[in-house]
Amino acid sequence: MKILLMGNPNVGKSVLFMRLTGIRVISSNYPGTTVSFTRGFVKVGDEMAEVIDVPGAYTLEPTSKAEEVAAKMLEEGDVVINVVDATNLERNLYLTLQLLERKTPLIVALNFWDDTVHRGIHIDVERLKSILGVPIIPTSALTGQGIKELVESIPSAASHASPARSRDERWSCIGHITEQVQRITHRHHRWFEHLEDASVKPVSGWLIAIGVLFVAFIVVRFIGEGLISYVLEPLFNGLWMPVLIKLSQAMGAGAGGLLHDIIIGQLIDGKISFLKSFGLLSSGLYVPFVMVLPYIFSFYLVVGLLEDTGYLPRLAVLLDKAMHRLGLHGYAIIPTLLGFGCNVPAIMATRILESKRERFIAATIVSIAVPCASLQAMIIGLVGKYGGVYVAAVYGALFIVWLILGMLLNAILKGASPELLIEIPPYRRPPWALMLQKLWLRIREFLQEAVPLVWIAVLAVNVLYFLGVFNALANFTAPVVAKMFGLPKEAVVAIIIGFLRKDVALGMLAASVITAKQMVIGAVVLSMFFPCLASFVVLFRELGGRNLLAATAVMLFSALLAGGLLNIML
Amino acid sequence: MIKLLTELSEGESGAVLEIRGGHMLFNRLAAMGIIVGREITKVSPVIMKGPVTVMVNRTKVAIGFSMANKILVKVADS
Repeated sequence: MKILLMGNPNVGKSVLFMRLTGIRVISSNYPGTTVSFTRGFVKVGDEMAEVIDVPGAYTLEPTSKAEEVAAKMLEEGDVVINVVDATNLERNLYLTLQLLERKTPLIVALNFWDDTVHRGIHIDVERLKSILGVPIIPTSALTGQGIKELVESIPSAASHASPARSRDERWSCIGHITEQVQRITHRHHRWFEHLEDASVKPVSGWLIAIGVLFVAFIVVRFIGEGLISYVLEPLFNGLWMPVLIKLSQAMGAGAGGLLHDIIIGQLIDGKISFLKSFGLLSSGLYVPFVMVLPYIFSFYLVVGLLEDTGYLPRLAVLLDKAMHRLGLHGYAIIPTLLGFGCNVPAIMATRILESKRERFIAATIVSIAVPCASLQAMIIGLVGKYGGVYVAAVYGALFIVWLILGMLLNAILKGASPELLIEIPPYRRPPWALMLQKLWLRIREFLQEAVPLVWIAVLAVNVLYFLGVFNALANFTAPVVAKMFGLPKEAVVAIIIGFLRKDVALGMLAASVITAKQMVIGAVVLSMFFPCLASFVVLFRELGGRNLLAATAVMLFSALLAGGLLNIML
Repeated sequence: MIKLLTELSEGESGAVLEIRGGHMLFNRLAAMGIIVGREITKVSPVIMKGPVTVMVNRTKVAIGFSMANKILVKVADS
């Protein structure tokens, strides 16, 4: 049996999915967190039933890619659990009525049931049940209320196949239903509802946005740097280095050959350097665990807070006007922001945008001009050594690239950007347990997917170096790398390694670069040149082969231009 | 009195009278509960042609400026 969890965006389907299946997925407080589907299993009676967390949809007549996915999924389901936001019955019932017109058996979960009480909403569940003719279960996915009843009622899901209605008929039907089952008692605005409005109003909205982003940045940096300088650095220098030195001596130190180079790395002035040796046990551990992991932790902690409070859609409203210049609308800020963590989920998140054109522009400029958390951690660590102003130069240059590319693509590509139309969810207190789970999910992904690639990259560097491929390559590309970018000609290897891992690549670059100017140019070029392998695969999947080629051409051209210009200007 | 949605003042409400747009616009708005006859309240003022935030059925919705400009609202005369 296949059970589909369907409902409007941001009604808590993913949290319900976790409750039912025990599988952890990412949930947030903004419409469109889930853009593809996740499967899990739940025991219904004696049978294991498959549960699918379907992306949110307002309607079965799709208006976005995510809604298309949802409408298509419906064909495969044996039972639909229609998750409904009980605090917003009118809007949610539209999809319910559409689902009732299909033949798939249905159960309705009235989610956020505990919230209806504070909001002065009274729903007559029995009455609603008799009108709709399907089981209706009040639930609160966050607290677990009603989950057991929901599972028990799955076998009694009823199919209605009510006659298809027109849009207007559905809405008038909803009017009749809510009149009969819903009573709303008036209550006063709570203080934070005033805050809700303040965050979308022009003047107060901007002040709040600047404040929020500034604090977010400070907290990310404070926690990231704190973990590095007070916990991980001392740990690595104090405990791990002595072990490595012993191991190195046992392997014959400087005369150890290829094996020593791969495992420990090359000795720099007779010593092991975590940054420059480039062995699996030196840089291969230091880069991911000391330089990058603390920032992955602090970045996703803060992003999780922003996601779960419900602030992000408000930021989208404020930035809407500006984003139109880039052929996007305000909601494109969500994939952009996610891109600062990792480009892979960011490119996936472009599915919340309505048109193909918009998705192409957003995915292209994010993958070229938005550096992921791993790369940013290295930029802050390595470029930062030369001074904060150089870090600012890297970010400034990338921001300008992002702006210009967006404006150019908007001017060149046919069509116009669609208008923003989004639901602004109420602010909610972040569910701490869920937030920490989400943070762990993201960190685990880094450990499982990124760290092995770091080791492959380190290994590749050593093997290429041993085979002498470096010199041949460096001489071949010297006209571009050395003349145009003003970098040491060996920097080409870093750019190539960047295809595997950008953090390792910047580490390599830092080992061969001499001046601050070179460091800035190197960091910018590395950020822009070929997105890493993982992003490349997702770009191909989301955009298709032809568009990927187009995006790649844009990328090559803009990276060459930006590197060349910086070399002239700085 | 008939006004464009963008012309409503902050906190003012009215009933949606007409949506001047194609099928796609109708569908997107209808999915959010914005249909002819529905009571709509403007929550935030608009500056520099930014989006309009409105309240419909206790849902807060942000509507891009030129889309909001296609929505006519009948406001009770004061």
